[in-house]
Amino acid sequence: MVKYTIYVWGDNMILNVQMLIKRNVLYVRLDGELDQHTVEDLRIRVTELIDKYQIKHLVLNFYKLNFMDSSGVGFIIGRCNRLKREKGKVILCSLNENIKRLIHLSGLHKICMIGKNEEEVNEYLGVA
Amino acid sequence: MKNYMEMKFSAQLKNVIFARGAVSSFLLEQDLTLSLINEIKTIASEAVTNSIVHGYNHDPEKFVFLSMELDNNVLKLIIKDEGVGIEDIEQAKAPLFSTKVDEERAGLGFTIMDIFSDEMEITSKLLEGTTVICIKKL
Repeated sequence: MVKYTIYVWGDNMILNVQMLIKRNVLYVRLDGELDQHTVEDLRIRVTELIDKYQIKHLVLNFYKLNFMDSSGVGFIIGRCNRLKREKGKVILCSLNENIKRLIHLSGLHKICMIGKNEEEVNEYLGVA
Repeated sequence: MKNYMEMKFSAQLKNVIFARGAVSSFLLEQDLTLSLINEIKTIASEAVTNSIVHGYNHDPEKFVFLSMELDNNVLKLIIKDEGVGIEDIEQAKAPLFSTKVDEERAGLGFTIMDIFSDEMEITSKLLEGTTVICIKKL
Protein backbone atom coordinates (compact mmCIF):
# COMPACT_ATOMS: atom_id res chain seq x y z
CA MET A 1 0.00 0.00 0.00
CA VAL A 2 1.29 3.41 -0.93
CA LYS A 3 0.00 6.41 0.94
CA TYR A 4 1.47 9.88 1.03
CA THR A 5 0.79 13.56 1.04
CA ILE A 6 2.03 16.23 -1.33
CA TYR A 7 2.87 19.58 0.17
CA VAL A 8 2.87 22.16 -2.54
CA TRP A 9 5.00 24.95 -1.16
CA GLY A 10 6.28 26.14 2.19
CA ASP A 11 3.83 25.43 4.96
CA ASN A 12 0.81 26.00 2.77
CA MET A 13 -1.11 22.89 1.94
CA ILE A 14 -2.95 23.65 -1.28
CA LEU A 15 -3.56 20.13 -2.48
CA ASN A 16 -3.42 17.20 -0.14
CA VAL A 17 -3.33 13.84 -1.90
CA GLN A 18 -3.77 10.37 -0.50
CA MET A 19 -2.93 7.50 -2.81
CA LEU A 20 -3.42 3.84 -2.28
CA ILE A 21 -3.37 0.76 -4.42
CA LYS A 22 -5.67 -2.23 -4.15
CA ARG A 23 -4.88 -4.92 -6.68
CA ASN A 24 -4.65 -3.15 -10.03
CA VAL A 25 -6.65 -0.11 -8.94
CA LEU A 26 -5.02 3.18 -7.95
CA TYR A 27 -7.11 5.35 -5.63
CA VAL A 28 -6.34 9.06 -5.49
CA ARG A 29 -8.20 11.07 -2.87
CA LEU A 30 -8.02 14.81 -3.39
CA ASP A 31 -8.35 17.47 -0.73
CA GLY A 32 -7.82 21.13 -1.62
CA GLU A 33 -7.51 22.91 -4.95
CA LEU A 34 -6.54 21.47 -8.31
CA ASP A 35 -5.10 23.99 -10.78
CA GLN A 36 -2.21 24.20 -13.22
CA HIS A 37 0.22 24.61 -10.32
CA THR A 38 -0.89 21.72 -8.13
CA VAL A 39 -1.69 19.39 -11.04
CA GLU A 40 1.97 19.14 -12.06
CA ASP A 41 3.17 17.22 -8.99
CA LEU A 42 0.05 15.11 -9.03
CA ARG A 43 0.57 14.14 -12.67
CA ILE A 44 4.18 13.08 -12.05
CA ARG A 45 3.28 10.91 -9.06
CA VAL A 46 0.19 9.32 -10.57
CA THR A 47 2.05 8.55 -13.79
CA GLU A 48 4.89 6.95 -11.80
CA LEU A 49 2.52 4.69 -9.87
CA ILE A 50 0.53 3.67 -12.95
CA ASP A 51 3.71 2.58 -14.68
CA LYS A 52 5.35 0.95 -11.66
CA TYR A 53 2.40 -1.10 -10.39
CA GLN A 54 0.73 -2.04 -13.68
CA ILE A 55 -2.39 -0.12 -12.76
CA LYS A 56 -5.47 -0.76 -14.87
CA HIS A 57 -8.10 1.48 -13.25
CA LEU A 58 -7.72 4.89 -11.68
CA VAL A 59 -10.26 6.10 -9.13
CA LEU A 60 -10.22 9.86 -8.55
CA ASN A 61 -12.06 10.65 -5.35
CA PHE A 62 -12.95 14.36 -5.21
CA TYR A 63 -14.44 14.19 -1.71
CA LYS A 64 -12.59 17.22 -0.37
CA LEU A 65 -11.68 18.98 -3.59
CA ASN A 66 -13.16 22.45 -3.40
CA PHE A 67 -11.78 23.91 -6.62
CA MET A 68 -10.85 22.60 -10.05
CA ASP A 69 -10.34 24.37 -13.37
CA SER A 70 -9.53 23.11 -16.88
CA SER A 71 -6.07 22.00 -15.71
CA GLY A 72 -7.82 19.19 -13.86
CA VAL A 73 -9.78 18.32 -16.99
CA GLY A 74 -6.52 18.07 -18.96
CA PHE A 75 -5.09 15.79 -16.29
CA ILE A 76 -8.11 13.46 -16.42
CA ILE A 77 -8.07 13.28 -20.24
CA GLY A 78 -4.37 12.43 -20.13
CA ARG A 79 -4.93 9.56 -17.67
CA CYS A 80 -7.90 8.26 -19.72
CA ASN A 81 -5.66 8.06 -22.76
CA ARG A 82 -2.93 6.31 -20.77
CA LEU A 83 -5.24 3.69 -19.23
CA LYS A 84 -6.92 3.01 -22.55
CA ARG A 85 -3.72 1.14 -23.40
CA GLU A 86 -4.40 -1.19 -20.44
CA LYS A 87 -8.08 -1.41 -21.39
CA GLY A 88 -8.76 0.25 -18.05
CA LYS A 89 -10.90 3.15 -16.92
CA VAL A 90 -10.73 6.41 -15.06
CA ILE A 91 -13.53 6.55 -12.52
CA LEU A 92 -14.55 9.78 -10.81
CA CYS A 93 -16.47 9.91 -7.55
CA SER A 94 -17.73 12.20 -4.77
CA LEU A 95 -18.01 15.23 -7.04
CA ASN A 96 -19.43 18.46 -5.64
CA GLU A 97 -21.91 20.43 -7.76
CA ASN A 98 -19.29 22.83 -9.20
CA ILE A 99 -16.93 20.07 -10.23
CA LYS A 100 -19.80 18.01 -11.62
CA ARG A 101 -20.73 20.97 -13.80
CA LEU A 102 -17.17 21.32 -15.12
CA ILE A 103 -17.03 17.57 -15.86
CA HIS A 104 -20.25 17.82 -17.87
CA LEU A 105 -19.26 21.04 -19.67
CA SER A 106 -16.03 19.43 -20.79
CA GLY A 107 -17.72 16.20 -21.89
CA LEU A 108 -15.65 14.09 -19.48
CA HIS A 109 -18.76 12.22 -18.33
CA LYS A 110 -18.75 10.56 -21.74
CA ILE A 111 -15.30 9.04 -21.36
CA CYS A 112 -15.11 8.47 -17.59
CA MET A 113 -17.36 6.53 -15.31
CA ILE A 114 -18.87 8.60 -12.53
CA GLY A 115 -19.71 7.00 -9.21
CA LYS A 116 -21.45 8.38 -6.18
CA ASN A 117 -18.66 7.49 -3.75
CA GLU A 118 -15.75 5.10 -3.31
CA GLU A 119 -17.95 2.33 -1.89
CA GLU A 120 -20.11 2.32 -4.99
CA VAL A 121 -17.00 2.29 -7.20
CA ASN A 122 -15.53 -0.63 -5.22
CA GLU A 123 -18.70 -2.57 -5.72
CA TYR A 124 -18.55 -1.92 -9.45
CA LEU A 125 -14.89 -2.95 -9.67
CA GLY A 126 -15.35 -5.91 -7.37
CA VAL A 127 -12.61 -4.62 -5.06
CA ALA A 128 -13.20 -5.16 -1.35
CA MET B 1 -22.94 50.07 -4.73
CA LYS B 2 -19.58 50.72 -6.32
CA ASN B 3 -16.29 49.15 -5.53
CA TYR B 4 -12.94 48.73 -7.27
CA MET B 5 -9.69 46.87 -6.85
CA GLU B 6 -6.59 46.25 -8.91
CA MET B 7 -3.46 44.25 -8.37
CA LYS B 8 -0.42 42.96 -10.17
CA PHE B 9 1.65 39.92 -9.42
CA SER B 10 4.60 37.97 -10.74
CA ALA B 11 3.82 35.51 -13.55
CA GLN B 12 4.24 32.31 -11.56
CA LEU B 13 1.69 29.52 -11.31
CA LYS B 14 1.82 29.56 -7.53
CA ASN B 15 0.19 32.99 -7.71
CA VAL B 16 -2.95 31.66 -9.39
CA ILE B 17 -4.37 30.50 -6.07
CA PHE B 18 -3.56 33.92 -4.64
CA ALA B 19 -5.48 35.57 -7.50
CA ARG B 20 -8.49 33.29 -6.89
CA GLY B 21 -8.36 34.10 -3.18
CA ALA B 22 -8.26 37.84 -3.86
CA VAL B 23 -11.21 37.55 -6.25
CA SER B 24 -13.38 35.70 -3.75
CA SER B 25 -12.37 38.00 -0.88
CA PHE B 26 -13.40 41.02 -2.91
CA LEU B 27 -16.83 39.46 -3.43
CA LEU B 28 -17.26 38.32 0.16
CA GLU B 29 -19.56 41.16 1.09
CA GLN B 30 -21.93 40.53 -1.82
CA ASP B 31 -23.66 37.52 -0.30
CA LEU B 32 -23.39 35.48 -3.50
CA THR B 33 -24.10 31.78 -3.95
CA LEU B 34 -21.13 29.43 -3.79
CA SER B 35 -21.78 28.41 -7.37
CA LEU B 36 -21.58 32.01 -8.59
CA ILE B 37 -18.37 32.64 -6.63
CA ASN B 38 -16.96 29.44 -8.08
CA GLU B 39 -17.74 30.60 -11.63
CA ILE B 40 -15.94 33.90 -11.08
CA LYS B 41 -12.97 32.18 -9.43
CA THR B 42 -12.80 29.76 -12.36
CA ILE B 43 -12.80 32.60 -14.90
CA ALA B 44 -9.94 34.29 -13.01
CA SER B 45 -8.04 31.02 -12.67
CA GLU B 46 -8.26 30.23 -16.39
CA ALA B 47 -7.37 33.73 -17.54
CA VAL B 48 -4.45 34.16 -15.13
CA THR B 49 -3.10 30.70 -15.98
CA ASN B 50 -3.28 31.58 -19.70
CA SER B 51 -1.34 34.80 -19.12
CA ILE B 52 1.38 33.00 -17.16
CA VAL B 53 1.68 29.91 -19.38
CA HIS B 54 1.00 31.34 -22.83
CA GLY B 55 1.49 35.10 -22.49
CA TYR B 56 4.72 35.02 -20.50
CA ASN B 57 5.91 31.42 -20.81
CA HIS B 58 6.41 31.34 -17.01
CA ASP B 59 8.75 34.37 -16.85
CA PRO B 60 8.58 35.42 -13.15
CA GLU B 61 10.05 38.84 -13.98
CA LYS B 62 6.80 39.71 -15.79
CA PHE B 63 3.50 40.80 -14.26
CA VAL B 64 -0.11 39.80 -14.61
CA PHE B 65 -2.64 42.58 -13.92
CA LEU B 66 -6.04 41.86 -12.46
CA SER B 67 -8.79 44.32 -11.66
CA MET B 68 -12.38 44.10 -10.54
CA GLU B 69 -15.02 46.75 -10.84
CA LEU B 70 -18.38 46.39 -9.17
CA ASP B 71 -21.22 48.68 -10.15
CA ASN B 72 -24.87 47.98 -9.36
CA ASN B 73 -24.50 44.23 -9.26
CA VAL B 74 -22.50 44.10 -12.46
CA LEU B 75 -18.98 42.80 -12.07
CA LYS B 76 -16.28 43.60 -14.58
CA LEU B 77 -13.23 41.39 -14.24
CA ILE B 78 -10.18 42.36 -16.25
CA ILE B 79 -7.07 40.20 -16.62
CA LYS B 80 -4.24 41.70 -18.58
CA ASP B 81 -0.74 40.67 -19.58
CA GLU B 82 2.00 42.28 -21.63
CA GLY B 83 3.13 39.00 -23.13
CA VAL B 84 3.43 37.50 -26.60
CA GLY B 85 -0.21 38.03 -27.57
CA ILE B 86 -2.56 35.75 -29.46
CA GLU B 87 -2.20 35.45 -33.22
CA ASP B 88 -5.67 34.14 -33.94
CA ILE B 89 -8.23 34.78 -31.20
CA GLU B 90 -10.99 32.76 -32.88
CA GLN B 91 -8.71 29.75 -33.09
CA ALA B 92 -7.61 30.18 -29.47
CA LYS B 93 -11.25 30.25 -28.37
CA ALA B 94 -12.13 27.04 -30.18
CA PRO B 95 -12.76 24.17 -27.73
CA LEU B 96 -9.87 21.71 -27.40
CA PHE B 97 -7.44 23.99 -29.23
CA SER B 98 -4.14 24.39 -27.41
CA THR B 99 -0.74 25.61 -28.56
CA LYS B 100 0.85 23.51 -25.83
CA VAL B 101 -0.44 20.03 -26.57
CA ASP B 102 2.54 18.35 -24.91
CA GLU B 103 1.68 19.98 -21.59
CA GLU B 104 -1.68 18.26 -21.42
CA ARG B 105 -3.74 21.41 -21.29
CA ALA B 106 -7.34 20.63 -22.15
CA GLY B 107 -7.68 23.65 -24.45
CA LEU B 108 -10.91 24.47 -22.67
CA GLY B 109 -9.87 27.63 -20.83
CA PHE B 110 -11.57 30.17 -23.10
CA THR B 111 -14.63 27.95 -23.59
CA ILE B 112 -15.19 27.70 -19.85
CA MET B 113 -14.58 31.42 -19.31
CA ASP B 114 -17.07 32.16 -22.05
CA ILE B 115 -19.74 29.87 -20.56
CA PHE B 116 -19.26 31.27 -17.06
CA SER B 117 -19.36 34.93 -18.14
CA ASP B 118 -22.35 36.93 -19.30
CA GLU B 119 -20.09 38.74 -21.75
CA MET B 120 -16.46 38.14 -22.63
CA GLU B 121 -14.16 40.25 -24.73
CA ILE B 122 -10.60 39.39 -25.68
CA THR B 123 -8.24 41.89 -27.23
CA SER B 124 -4.72 40.96 -28.17
CA LYS B 125 -1.80 42.30 -30.10
CA LEU B 126 1.21 40.23 -31.05
CA LEU B 127 4.20 41.01 -28.81
CA GLU B 128 2.15 43.55 -26.86
CA GLY B 129 -0.14 41.39 -24.80
CA THR B 130 -3.65 40.21 -24.16
CA THR B 131 -6.56 41.64 -22.20
CA VAL B 132 -9.58 39.59 -21.20
CA ILE B 133 -12.67 41.42 -19.98
CA CYS B 134 -15.47 39.41 -18.43
CA ILE B 135 -18.79 40.88 -17.42
CA LYS B 136 -20.85 39.02 -14.87
CA LYS B 137 -24.23 40.01 -13.50
CA LEU B 138 -24.45 39.17 -9.83
